[in-house]
Amino acid sequence: MKNILSKKVVELQPSGIRMFFDLVLGMKNVISLGVGEPDFVTPWPVREAGIYSLEEGLTSYTSNKGLYKLRLSISNYLKKKHNLDYCPDNEILITVGVSEALDLAVRSLVNPGDKVLIPIPSYVSYPAVTELAGGRPIYIDTSANKFKLTPDLIKRHIDKNVKAIILNYPNNPTGVSYTRKELSEINKVLLKNRLFCITDEVYQDLTYDFEHTSFPTLPGAKKNTLYLDGFSKSFAMTGWRVGFACGPKDIIDAMTKIHQYTIMCVSITSQWAACEALHSGKKFVEEMAREYQRRRELVYEGFNRLGLSCFMPEGAFYLFISVKKTGLTSLEFSKKLLDSQKVAVVPGTAFGSCGEGYIRVSYASSFENLKEALRRIEIFLKSRS
Amino acid sequence: MDEILEILEKDGRTTAEEIAKLTKRSVGQVKTAIRKYEKEGVIVKYKAVLNKDLVHTDDAGVRALIEVNIMPQKDVGFENVAQRIYQFPEVSNCYLISGTYDLLLLVEGKSLHTVSNFVAEKLSPMPNVRGVVTHFMLKKYKEDGVILRHKEDHERINISY
Repeated sequence: MKNILSKKVVELQPSGIRMFFDLVLGMKNVISLGVGEPDFVTPWPVREAGIYSLEEGLTSYTSNKGLYKLRLSISNYLKKKHNLDYCPDNEILITVGVSEALDLAVRSLVNPGDKVLIPIPSYVSYPAVTELAGGRPIYIDTSANKFKLTPDLIKRHIDKNVKAIILNYPNNPTGVSYTRKELSEINKVLLKNRLFCITDEVYQDLTYDFEHTSFPTLPGAKKNTLYLDGFSKSFAMTGWRVGFACGPKDIIDAMTKIHQYTIMCVSITSQWAACEALHSGKKFVEEMAREYQRRRELVYEGFNRLGLSCFMPEGAFYLFISVKKTGLTSLEFSKKLLDSQKVAVVPGTAFGSCGEGYIRVSYASSFENLKEALRRIEIFLKSRS
Repeated sequence: MDEILEILEKDGRTTAEEIAKLTKRSVGQVKTAIRKYEKEGVIVKYKAVLNKDLVHTDDAGVRALIEVNIMPQKDVGFENVAQRIYQFPEVSNCYLISGTYDLLLLVEGKSLHTVSNFVAEKLSPMPNVRGVVTHFMLKKYKEDGVILRHKEDHERINISY
């Protein structure tokens, strides 16, 4: 049966921890710190707007680029938030989450053999979509520098075939983010070496210690950057699947071409809900961000007290925790913890080879769950010492 | 609003130690702040929110919202009459409101009978009470910001990237 499949898909590496995921999914009564989505339900006004649009009979396709009203709202939103000017007519595309935007971006930019720089640990899709597009992911290991990308690290990986870089901050899985000054230095290297920047800033509203700087706001960066963002994390709307891409007209046009043949348009219900999220969601976003920030204090303190060290995350809702002192690999640690205490975490190796020795813990979970998980992990660690 | 209040309003059982962790303050600071709030009456009391529909006994009780029309008194307006009414232990909430009537009461009793006795024997005969409309509550959907519904647990998948 195998030979019916395309060579490309067969060659695409399945995630090394797929079996571990299946193990978790098959188990009941698990306390999960393994989830990559908010534990809040979408704010009611947003859900209500979706329901209302259905009652009004708004069930058709929308324009390929997405509802004009939504594109206009996004344009105004970015103007207000980052003082960015993106034209709703031709510089914004509504996509099925950031995932689709990322796939379209890479497919629009990459020729076979082109190299794409991917700082690791990274979100799992970046290498996969690059390979599917015929490109070559070039990994930049950031583990020696507290998981922070630097201009030097970039320079070391540049050659004539490197075309673009995919940035993601605040970062999944490490929670690392960057100050404006740090980003400016990175931007200078990109501009100097004509490296195009795809920036995934979907966690930006969950930035805790300093103001989030959007990459296209840096000097000279806007023309050289594709900005990806979405509603999933900020507005707790993962299941609605709405994201958007903003960038130079020719790139948005190219992406729209693929999008119109493959997706047609994003679900209209979700688009109406997204309009409402931009209209009335700010206070919910702030409330949720405050809640995550408090949980961050709880879990950061909790894990360090247990002797499992990590850096204080600057954003998102993840801790990337070293388990090296237990003598176990990421996968062994995760499996044993699951078996003995029914606590699920994600092995760091899911996010690139340099994640070995780490686990990703998500604090998008209630206080009670987090406290109980910490209690169980303490038992687990004691049983091993 | 102070974060301490925000946390306690959500869960009154959060300990000072936990609040200290969550807000990056010292335990001492948190305890002092809470004592101050309690003393000033900002924090009135700590209680559990019950869904009495799920209490399977006969004494779950009866509740009624009662609209009261009163004749205000010279110099003191509604205050004295309101005071005479809200002192009754049956009255758990009492508000002066705008509109077609003056006071809105939440009255709780063991049975229909106790509530109607209160209305007929205590409330209605009061000298400044001009009229009373009693609404017995049939079902509680939401209280103190909590939706009281026995919900199926939403199965958020246990692990994802």
